[in-house]
Amino acid sequence: MSEFLTDLQHYVFLQNALLTGVLASVACGIIGTYVVVRRISYIADGIAHTVLGGMGAALYLNRVYHWHGVIPLYGALVAALIAAVIIGLVSLRAKQREDTAISALWAIGMAVGIIFISRTPGYNEDLMGYLFGNILMVSTSDLWMLAGLDALIVISGLLFYNQFLAVCFDQEFAGLRGLRVEVFYLLLLGLAALTVVLLSTVVGIVMVVAMLTLPIGIAALFCRSLWGMMVISTILCATFTTCGLAVSYGPDYPAGATTIILAGAAYLAAIMAKWAVSRFRG
Amino acid sequence: MIYDKGFSVNVTSPPAIFTKDLWFSYDSNPALEDVNITIPPGDFVSIVGPNGGGKTTLLKLILGLLKPSRGRAQVFGETPEQARRRIGYMPQHSQLDPDFPATVMDVALMGRLGHGRFFGPYSKRDKEIVAKVLEQVGLRDFRKKSFAAISGGQRQRLFIARALACEPDILLLDEPTANLDVVMEGDLYELLQTLNERLTIVMVSHDLGFVSRIVKSVICVKRKVLSHPTSEITGAIINEIYGSPMRMIRHNGERDCNCQNS
Repeated sequence: MSEFLTDLQHYVFLQNALLTGVLASVACGIIGTYVVVRRISYIADGIAHTVLGGMGAALYLNRVYHWHGVIPLYGALVAALIAAVIIGLVSLRAKQREDTAISALWAIGMAVGIIFISRTPGYNEDLMGYLFGNILMVSTSDLWMLAGLDALIVISGLLFYNQFLAVCFDQEFAGLRGLRVEVFYLLLLGLAALTVVLLSTVVGIVMVVAMLTLPIGIAALFCRSLWGMMVISTILCATFTTCGLAVSYGPDYPAGATTIILAGAAYLAAIMAKWAVSRFRG
Repeated sequence: MIYDKGFSVNVTSPPAIFTKDLWFSYDSNPALEDVNITIPPGDFVSIVGPNGGGKTTLLKLILGLLKPSRGRAQVFGETPEQARRRIGYMPQHSQLDPDFPATVMDVALMGRLGHGRFFGPYSKRDKEIVAKVLEQVGLRDFRKKSFAAISGGQRQRLFIARALACEPDILLLDEPTANLDVVMEGDLYELLQTLNERLTIVMVSHDLGFVSRIVKSVICVKRKVLSHPTSEITGAIINEIYGSPMRMIRHNGERDCNCQNS
């Protein structure tokens, strides 16, 4: 731990990693709260995995046809937004088939990605990085990208807080009050897709899924308002990523996996504490 | 309540709810057939009928949430979409997530959506209106409580408050008495009676007898629709609606009756 604190003052990569954790926490705390209360965690997971197809295709075009403008991130963005729109429309129009559509997109997206990887020459470290990520290899441009994402999410969250709240709580009633429910729902899914993609390229898909659910799961046990849940989840999320970095740094564990295990342990502990308190009182 | 086909519509003051040859089918099974009802402003109507008989479907057609297969529905002489701002709607609360992180105030404020800007916070006036309606339903002291922490009866009243926050001319309530015990039910009907002094009220109810003490007319829905003034409700009619023998208990007082499936 002391090694972490000393090195933190000297190494830019470590400072970047710490800042990445904090910036990612803002996006995850806000979007994760919406995703959890609207009960669409699996939609976020579905989008995250579908993205692999877009990344694979972009990498293939880049390497084989030398389309240098096409970087995996762009492929990922296109795939995520397409997935968000398809899933969103299916869930708004044909509720009973929603899970099938998500599973289908999930499987097809990953399969497409794997086919492209197998046809792409060279070692495809980008895609491995996409799956598992490495918070210690974050560049300054990644940080700016995350800051931009945070700004977008915070601004939409502040402007449309009441509208998103109403759409998540009772879509039918919100529609009767003249709210454009479909627009807000797709906007929310679009923001979730953007968060998943940008964070996946930085910290990895597994870490994103964990950060979008575990801290929010803990906050949900204790919060009685949506904004309170956002604030608490953001703080928890930042605490977990920071602790994950600090704990894993000395013994050289994978930082992402350490963070997830810390958050998972905290989640289980919180659930048990809540259960114990309710039993003790009841 | 006028319910035969030869009615005429008063042009100067359109009926609160009016349907003409209204049909609705889920897939190819007709859920409602040839519904013709006229509900005048100021009425207090209960829609009764067996489960799956089409009560909620009728309500959703009036709200414009469902589109009729044939015929039309009008609210205050307008299409349901145009009239939405004048309707306060309370859905069946069982459809909503009981653990949702929102306060009582948050939920009631949703009734103010669509009255002002399409972004940003609620205005001071919105909050004053909501404080007033929460007071009216007796939830003023609970406004900072979590939605997850209040009781079933309080939730029902909260959803009525949310509907009232729309400043409606008509209230449409879907099963407002579900999950309530008899005492809470009594309180609720007292509240509705007070509200009926200035609002038209239409509510879906699963129990016919209790409501007949306070409502002015009853619409019976079992695919087809019949309307009655409350005084005409007899055992024979109830049998026809529910298709099973009903027990009818007379209490003191002329219109005091209670009907249950035997």
